[in-house]
Amino acid sequence: MLKKTIALALAVSGAAYAQEFKPAVVFDLGGKFDKSFNEGVWNGVKRFSEETGIEVLEYEVSSEAERKQAIERMVKRRGATAVLGIGFGQADALAEIAAANPDVQFGIIDVNWLDGANIKQYGFQEHEGSYLVGVAAAKASKTGKAGFVGGMDIPLIRRFACGYAQGFKDAGGSEVYVNMTGDTAAAWNNPTRGGELAQSQFDRGADVVFAAAGGTGVGVLQAAKDKGKLAIGVDSNQNHLHPGTMLTSMLKRVDVAAYNFFKEAQSGRVEGAVHTLGLKDEGVGWAVDEHNEDMVASFRADIDKARDDIIAGRIEVNDYFVLEGCPSY
Amino acid sequence: MNQPAAASPPRDAAPAIELKGICKAFGPVQANQDVSLSVEAGSIHGIVGENGAGKSTLMSILYGFYEADSGSIEVKGKPAAIEDSADAIGLGIGMVHQHFMLVPVFSVLENVMLGVEGGALLAPGKRRARKEIARIGEDYGLKLDPDELIENLPVGVRQRVEIVKALYRGAEILILDEPTGVLTPQEADALFDILRTLKERGETVILITHKLREIMAVTDRVSVMRGGKLVATRETAATNPAELAELMVGRKVLLQVDKQPREPAEVRLAAEGLTVVDGQGVERVKDVSFSVRAGEIVGVAGVSGNGQDFLLEALAGIRAPARGTISILDLQISPERPADPAEVRRHGAGHVPEDRHAMGLVMNYTAEHSLMLGYHRHPRFRRSWLLDAGAIRRHAARVLPEYDVRPAEPRLRSADFSGGNQQKIVLAREMDEHPQVLLVGQPTRGVDIGAIEAIHRRILALRLAGCAILLVSFELDEIMSLADRIIVMNAGEIVGTVAAEGADDHELGLMMAGIRPGEQKAA
Amino acid sequence: MMKVFGVFARAGAPKMPYWAQVTVIPLLNIFVALALAGCVVLLLGENPFKAMAVMLQGAFVYPGGLGFTLYYTTNLIFTGLCVAMAFHAMQFNIGGEGQAIIGGLGVALFLLFVGDSLPLIICLPLAVLAAAAAGGAWAFIPGYLYAKRGSHIVITTIMFNFIAAAVLQYLLVNVLIAPGQMSPQSVKFAERTHLPQIHELLALVGIETESTPLNISLFLALAAAVGFWFLIWRTSWGYALRTVGQSERAAVYAGIDPARMTVQAMAISGALAGMVGVNALMGDAHRILLGFATGYGFAGIGVALMGRNHPLGIVLAAALFGILTQGGSELNFEFRNITRDLVIVIQGLIILMVGALSLMLDPPVARLIALVSRRKEET
Repeated sequence: MLKKTIALALAVSGAAYAQEFKPAVVFDLGGKFDKSFNEGVWNGVKRFSEETGIEVLEYEVSSEAERKQAIERMVKRRGATAVLGIGFGQADALAEIAAANPDVQFGIIDVNWLDGANIKQYGFQEHEGSYLVGVAAAKASKTGKAGFVGGMDIPLIRRFACGYAQGFKDAGGSEVYVNMTGDTAAAWNNPTRGGELAQSQFDRGADVVFAAAGGTGVGVLQAAKDKGKLAIGVDSNQNHLHPGTMLTSMLKRVDVAAYNFFKEAQSGRVEGAVHTLGLKDEGVGWAVDEHNEDMVASFRADIDKARDDIIAGRIEVNDYFVLEGCPSY
Repeated sequence: MNQPAAASPPRDAAPAIELKGICKAFGPVQANQDVSLSVEAGSIHGIVGENGAGKSTLMSILYGFYEADSGSIEVKGKPAAIEDSADAIGLGIGMVHQHFMLVPVFSVLENVMLGVEGGALLAPGKRRARKEIARIGEDYGLKLDPDELIENLPVGVRQRVEIVKALYRGAEILILDEPTGVLTPQEADALFDILRTLKERGETVILITHKLREIMAVTDRVSVMRGGKLVATRETAATNPAELAELMVGRKVLLQVDKQPREPAEVRLAAEGLTVVDGQGVERVKDVSFSVRAGEIVGVAGVSGNGQDFLLEALAGIRAPARGTISILDLQISPERPADPAEVRRHGAGHVPEDRHAMGLVMNYTAEHSLMLGYHRHPRFRRSWLLDAGAIRRHAARVLPEYDVRPAEPRLRSADFSGGNQQKIVLAREMDEHPQVLLVGQPTRGVDIGAIEAIHRRILALRLAGCAILLVSFELDEIMSLADRIIVMNAGEIVGTVAAEGADDHELGLMMAGIRPGEQKAA
Repeated sequence: MMKVFGVFARAGAPKMPYWAQVTVIPLLNIFVALALAGCVVLLLGENPFKAMAVMLQGAFVYPGGLGFTLYYTTNLIFTGLCVAMAFHAMQFNIGGEGQAIIGGLGVALFLLFVGDSLPLIICLPLAVLAAAAAGGAWAFIPGYLYAKRGSHIVITTIMFNFIAAAVLQYLLVNVLIAPGQMSPQSVKFAERTHLPQIHELLALVGIETESTPLNISLFLALAAAVGFWFLIWRTSWGYALRTVGQSERAAVYAGIDPARMTVQAMAISGALAGMVGVNALMGDAHRILLGFATGYGFAGIGVALMGRNHPLGIVLAAALFGILTQGGSELNFEFRNITRDLVIVIQGLIILMVGALSLMLDPPVARLIALVSRRKEET
């Protein structure tokens, strides 16, 4: 009886708000302040809220078992009309609920393999952006050796490493040292360990290091500054952190993806499709600003050429996901 | 006779301590019931009583560990409110605990000043304490080397440090709780000399003990406690051990056990060149050989810590021998072929361990469960792979009354029995198996006089039945009254073996100190 | 009046009756912890009573809430029993997490490579056994190292958590990862080997409920709790184990080998933790993935502490922690200012109260009880 009443109430409220736009975001296990991926999304969400004045419902999952529950709650209890899921971990749960709620728009970041007319999927060609910063590293390196510090050892991070190594070697570099910080989620937030790994790479002769490691990267960038070596940031533009030793940053615009999703959902354009954001969509790229333009001036043209070649298909960047391995390191 | 009565009229000086109508209950248990006690200043006052008679509770109230439910305390004629031990110390009351409260790796000086350093910097306090220790040493004949580490000192000297500690804190009334439990007879005599000196210097001493010999030797007056009440106070000169024992127990007690002659038969337990080492590789038992025959009690005399514990553990299979052999009935134990305690037990040897708290019983177990320790795989207690709760209960219900364990309550926690009754539980368990060999360590330590008598009778009955018994005890009196032969151990070696009949406790005391019979004349 | 104040005064409290030890004290501890947590909620600018209501509704009333609560409870019963088993041998098994991971790996490898070729009647029990054996083996190693080399079990089990996480990571990223899949998770187990979920069973008898991860592992957990009780209190093995835990010297005296008992207890302890794999993977995720055991090993310590190492207490404490987890996630959902961290704060407060500070409340409560019962006798 009670159950029926609730169901009825939900149905009524759902109907009443059917016309109203209610956005919601479900963050991944790292939490929205992970200084990396989730936080990038959070920045995009914030920008959307500030511009439109619409509050975005949000939730951070804390266990595997919770994923489906979290999305379901947003739809059923809160009547959310546009739900953005963050991270490939939520793919299955989101697909299942999307199928059951065809009227609701769904978006998901870092996923491009789902079916569903109401799911907008954003995948990033991380290897392409990584290739570019690899080229930059090779041009800036005097030793011909470069380092890569990854966060948690998962295929996604290997994809970064692989593109980076290929770019570095294509542009004349000889060797890339690849190190992962760890095997657990703690590897995303261990700057001390990151600094140690970068240090050992410097000791082996590397003079440029690329950190694709979330919060761990802070320690990598700091180690480079301390040793007078060059460092490359990731996800957002981190050039301002240590002007002088920050060579560039590899950009992955999850904030743009999040912002765009809610903007499109707000305007009511239902478009279930895969958006693979690569160099040509400016979903990935490399950062040049006032902090590093002098440092990259001499080889800026080389990188722009590489970008054009990739977009035009003249250079094929190895994709770890496709190859399930990497020939470059 | 059961009236609490002041033995002598009060003299002109106010008594050092005057307790009036002290009552203290723990739940339903009345630990102290209307206790009134007057301790004359400058005297040595003994307090005797069985375990659980309320001596410790009374002293804990006096020292501020507990608060009395009712009653009053006067110290040197003035009403006193003692809320904690700091109050007690402030009133000039000092306590020497049964277990020393010393830091082994600190020096004498550091231990004496511990807690009264007198400021953030140690140096001035140290100078003061050094001077003070020298003065106390002069005044009371308590000479100590202030820089020696406690761990290097013999037990008797450690006790002296405790006394100096109390005096350093300005104690004028000194409470000693069972002070001779760890001492040789000679060390105990030295302690009594110190107590007499303290008395001469005007200190008041309260001596808590269960040994009547000590009461008779050193006290001026003695109060007897029983069942939480103070049942009598006597001038020591006007009483005797038999009367005190009767007051303590509430009935007539045989202080001397009645030992029947028994001809020893075949050897059932033998050690040959036995050497036992501890965890650090130190030899604790050195090249020891002896044998015990059926129907014979062999007593091992010695001061605590001279290897008796290691000897017992080796014989019981707990510790493997480093060299030599042990034969128990048809079981041969050697370094190459060690045995485990279960095996020794299976071959028909019982073991009453020295330390019943840590070994003989599991304090948190009910009596019925402590009664199956070591026998938990015995078919008697099992029904296929499950324990048979009914059989366990029936077993306990049978043996507890049989061995006079009180209360005979199978479900009572082992820790809630008195010391004597805990020991009876251990004895009941080991004796009920009708052992051919019995290893007994310290059977009556911390046990009431009434229970001691019963335990001694049990051991003698077992001897009469033909059991071979090895008895380790630190109470020379006990060994002398029970054993047929006495082995004296010092520093892990057998100093000598004497027949119990006609043995002389002075001679044994010297042997316990490591002086061989032949050397005694020369010394 | 003096006496009432006196109850807080000093040491030497009367003995606490058993019934009070197992009822009054835990409830009081929970109450104090919740009160403190309420203060935190207040500081965050939310109404603590409203928060409490949301939490309880979330755990019991909201659709699916009860299912999730019991699902978490199931995992926590397993890890709580795991910790308690080691506690009875006086060992502190902090490795529940790693043992759960390896247990999950055991059941997953079995189902992926062996199970599907077997008849269901054999496959299901063997899968459970695989989880237990794998988890048990993982805890056996620290136990063995302790027995042979004296390595401290707290240290080794903690280190084994990291090793287990790394092993799972390696296998998922390099070996087990489903083809064409970018997230580190395996392919799904064969449909027929999935454990029936409770909402599916209810649907069979015509009761439609929300879909939740709750599955029949709950009954497995309850059976494990009963088995635990029998093993510890009704067998001579349990007697020997408790003796080791209570007094190692008494155990040696009794001819019980403490080292051997410890190794055995650790193996059983690990087997219990390994069952988390059955609940989380076979019962819910239906594949192996990263992080399926996260947090349960450590929460199990709190559960065992709170349950005073008794299976009944553990089941109740696991239910409490399950309510906190599910109710807490609703809190996080309903209140913008309350994050999931607050739930961890509340759990931490409860562990603090029942573990570190339990002695704080024991003496005054014991005195109060003694006082009340004496009053009663007097009147």
